[in-house]
Amino acid sequence: MDLTGRRLFVAVAAVVLLGGAAAYGAVAFAASRSVPLGSASTPLTAIEPDTVLFRQMGGGALHGFVASVDVDDPGGPRMTSDTPCDRLDADATGLVCLHSDLGLTTTFETRVLDRRLRVLESRPLAGIPSRTRLSPGGERFATTSFVTGHSYAGSEFSTSTMIVGPGDTDSGELEDFALIVDGAEVTAADVNVWGVAFADEERFFATASSGEHRWLVRGDLGERTLTALRDEVECPSLSPDGSRIAFKQNRSDSAQPDWAIAVLDLDDDRVTVLPEPASIDDQVEWLDDDTLLYGRTQENSPGDADVYTIRADGSTDPELFIEHAWSPAVVRP
Amino acid sequence: MYISLSDRRRREDASTGAPAATGRAARVSSTVVALGVVSLLTDVSSEATAAVLPLYLTAALGLSVVAYGVIDGLYQGVSSVVRIAAGWAADRGDRPKHVALVGYGLSAVARLGLLFAGGFGAITAVVVGDRIGKGIRTAPRDALIAASSPPTELGRSFGLHRMLDTVGAATGPVIAFVVLLLVPEGYRTVFVVSLAFALLGVVVLGALVPDRRPRAERARDGVSSAPFRWRLLTAPRLIRLLVAAGLLGLVTIGDGFLYLALHDRLDFAPMWFPLLFVGTNIVYLTLAVPIGRLGDRVGGRRVFIGGQVVLLGAYVLAALPIAGAGAVAATIACLLALGVFYAATDGILAALASAFVPVAARTSGIAAAQTVVAATRFIAATGFGLLWFALGSSAALVIAACTLAVLIPVAALLLRPRASEGGASAWT
Repeated sequence: MDLTGRRLFVAVAAVVLLGGAAAYGAVAFAASRSVPLGSASTPLTAIEPDTVLFRQMGGGALHGFVASVDVDDPGGPRMTSDTPCDRLDADATGLVCLHSDLGLTTTFETRVLDRRLRVLESRPLAGIPSRTRLSPGGERFATTSFVTGHSYAGSEFSTSTMIVGPGDTDSGELEDFALIVDGAEVTAADVNVWGVAFADEERFFATASSGEHRWLVRGDLGERTLTALRDEVECPSLSPDGSRIAFKQNRSDSAQPDWAIAVLDLDDDRVTVLPEPASIDDQVEWLDDDTLLYGRTQENSPGDADVYTIRADGSTDPELFIEHAWSPAVVRP
Repeated sequence: MYISLSDRRRREDASTGAPAATGRAARVSSTVVALGVVSLLTDVSSEATAAVLPLYLTAALGLSVVAYGVIDGLYQGVSSVVRIAAGWAADRGDRPKHVALVGYGLSAVARLGLLFAGGFGAITAVVVGDRIGKGIRTAPRDALIAASSPPTELGRSFGLHRMLDTVGAATGPVIAFVVLLLVPEGYRTVFVVSLAFALLGVVVLGALVPDRRPRAERARDGVSSAPFRWRLLTAPRLIRLLVAAGLLGLVTIGDGFLYLALHDRLDFAPMWFPLLFVGTNIVYLTLAVPIGRLGDRVGGRRVFIGGQVVLLGAYVLAALPIAGAGAVAATIACLLALGVFYAATDGILAALASAFVPVAARTSGIAAAQTVVAATRFIAATGFGLLWFALGSSAALVIAACTLAVLIPVAALLLRPRASEGGASAWT
């Protein structure tokens, strides 16, 4: 081919490739405005007890918004709100929602909403939403986000975790609390804290890491301490009766983590690993004192996920609970 | 780019893309422009992906990304090894374009993989594939730039290439976020767009960049050129360049830390961090060509050392204990200095390395210089991180600045041409 021919070839390739990408984008744009769910969704305007709130997945116009199903009929009709949330937790009085505002300078926010889904307050979040939990009395909430050193490199991460109380007061970074392991304070600079689970309004569980350690810690807001209880526990979740902690545990020896769900009995200190073969990177939610809910990403459809359920004693295999859903929150009466 | 294309026909032999005119007025060769466009397209592709990848991993895939950072660090090492091997392969076969095609191709294939990768392992494999592709392509591409430029115009050629490259790097994230604004959760659309740009880059490289054979061409011109031997890399001037670049690399702490120091002092919102990169990049792309031409006039090594002095200025500007309007001015001046530093060192280093080794070992020489810089900067970032935690940002910066101030004259002495070593042109 002579030079003119080669230039023509490049021009044609440019039209085909960039045109193809633009066409793909146009189709995606159209799909993002459509409602793909079979049953027309009714609007969710208020949080009702005995429901499960979650982030709607599966693409389409409703993707990313808070939706709800009846706790006894999770496969039944779902209601969808116009509140977008990446991660959420809810009780009968309201909702805490971590939200990404995409843009040239992407920002992140924590929003607190009342039971009619009206925004009561919002505060900036340091990084990419990861975990959030309300306290049992609803007075406080905890947030964990991933802070990227700088957006271009995209590879250096640390966590930012704090507890926010009444009147927009916050605990500051939990990694600044005194971390006590075997009676001695750990002062290493690489301490990270994530995945808060409240025991009451003052005390909580969380994960603290330094080096290779992933400690389950008991935290105290008044004393500003984190006391390590055991190693190899991430993202704890306390059962409603306070007797057990569900968590994720890395069962891989390689650099690629493979997270199993495990349950720690606080009375006899026994750990049960549950029969879930997939790697679960989530902070598990308790449906009731014996049953867990968690998000499982769809292997064949990146960007989609479902909520599964499993018995906490390991006696059953996982079962699909809510299709196209993420970040479940059980609203108890 | 159109400037050079418009007078390309007059001045160049269209069949090889080699500049026919060698005088001061000669324009940058169309091959260099084409390579710049390839880099522009590829950088649009890779930076569009990089900008959304952390969000995609966490928001869409629900992965936690802490482990990803660890793995990313590990594979920096792999990338260095690959770079040397690619340099050797390009010199050995006298076919830098083929090796560059493999590298660009691999990165494009990795983009394709991103459309199908759902799990942590698959994503990691894709990212690693992209890094390896980058490791393979850089040195052969720079060797092609050197082969397509008159020896007296190396600075301008590399400057033009780096300018186009940086335009791509600055455009990529903008395209990505425009897509995400139009299509919520449209990560796949970003990846499709990114793939299209990557493939187009490969097409431009394949179709518009001539298959230069630097060694064979020399032989044809009657200059005897022995095949590649590792011994060629022990040319004293190259060794001294590697030592100088390595020493300086050990005190090049990385933009991330500098930006963090600026942030510590001014306490601006973290959302402005990307704008610091944009600011640095704008200075870089504006000055890449003028500073490259300055290299052609006064000598590449002087510009290279000058760039280090400007970096020293950036450290001082970031460490100054000032507040208020003074701190704002110092922040802007620091970004300006960082942009000048990149414009005066990145392309210039490749140009110097290409001038300091025989043609038969040019790609390996460039690869060696880039590997030394990447490795020592990695050490610098790690070591500086420790200093930062132990002493705080300003004390750590002062230590880095003092060390750099000592090393600059050492590097200048190392780079000074010895009596026996030419000195006829700005690049020898």
